Amino acid sequence: MDVEKELIEIIAKRLKIDPSIIKPESRFVEDLGADSLAVMDIVIKIEEKFGLDEIPDEELEKMKRVKDAVEYIKKHIG
Amino acid sequence: MKGLKDMRILVTGASKGIGRAIVERLCNEGAVVYANARKEESLLPLVEEGKKKNWKCIPLPFDVSKKDEVKEAFKKIKDEGLQGLVNNAGIRKDALLLMMKEEDWDEIIEVNLKSIYLCCKEGVRLMMRGNYGRIVNIVSVAGETGNPGQTNYSASKGGVIAFTKSLARELAPKNITVNAVSPGFIKTSMTENLPEEVKKKIMESIPLGRFGNPEDVAGVVAFLLSEDASYITGEVIKVNGGLYM
Repeated sequence: MDVEKELIEIIAKRLKIDPSIIKPESRFVEDLGADSLAVMDIVIKIEEKFGLDEIPDEELEKMKRVKDAVEYIKKHIG
Repeated sequence: MKGLKDMRILVTGASKGIGRAIVERLCNEGAVVYANARKEESLLPLVEEGKKKNWKCIPLPFDVSKKDEVKEAFKKIKDEGLQGLVNNAGIRKDALLLMMKEEDWDEIIEVNLKSIYLCCKEGVRLMMRGNYGRIVNIVSVAGETGNPGQTNYSASKGGVIAFTKSLARELAPKNITVNAVSPGFIKTSMTENLPEEVKKKIMESIPLGRFGNPEDVAGVVAFLLSEDASYITGEVIKVNGGLYM
């Protein structure tokens, strides 16, 4: 599974933006304009899509950029 | 009531009093109810009654003020989803401020206020998955008017009222409503040990002239969980016989 591609799709769909503008370096809030509810929606979608356990708050705080999330998913995917 | 059938609802503090009446009402409406209390034994009478009446009532014991227990409990029910959460669990430890022990202050805030933060946080996650949710917090007239001897209790309940309004604003875009029900004097173990003369005095100040029944509160909670209440959020509904308007 191409984690990055799948994740970008999730983000693009939720934020209603073109997938091509989402880069690994993009910050969810500052660059992509996600508010905290959108971030939570994306987190829930990530957990469902990749079959992950609930992502702890401490980890969420560290996920500022798309690549942070990709790394987390790759590390925890079953 | 519309929309309650097969709705999955967690009710905390369900072993007696108002919580138990809420579970009974929701089960009679056909909801699937997770009944919570700290100790499993205290839920046995409710579960027994449920068996006789073919209720969909599932005991879910945990301490609402302990983060790990709350998380563990929500993990157990997460696959089935959750549409309703009734935060009813609460205790009181009354004393005049100058005689109030620090542990009595802390315990009330933890059980009555922190529990709301813990349970809502977990519950909202499950509700967001379904893009639908109904949260009802049980507060108290003491949280609205204040009451001597209850600085801790009224502060906790006033805190829950403010929490309710803030969360209602946060979750409105997610189709999740958050409301509070504020009972006045209801016939439960929390009020039965009041001295007779105090009871009499209270009764005189209640326009409807009687203490309320737990069922009076349960009906309003059921309404707020139902489809008929879809345009109500951030509201505090008083169920107090007119004691405070």
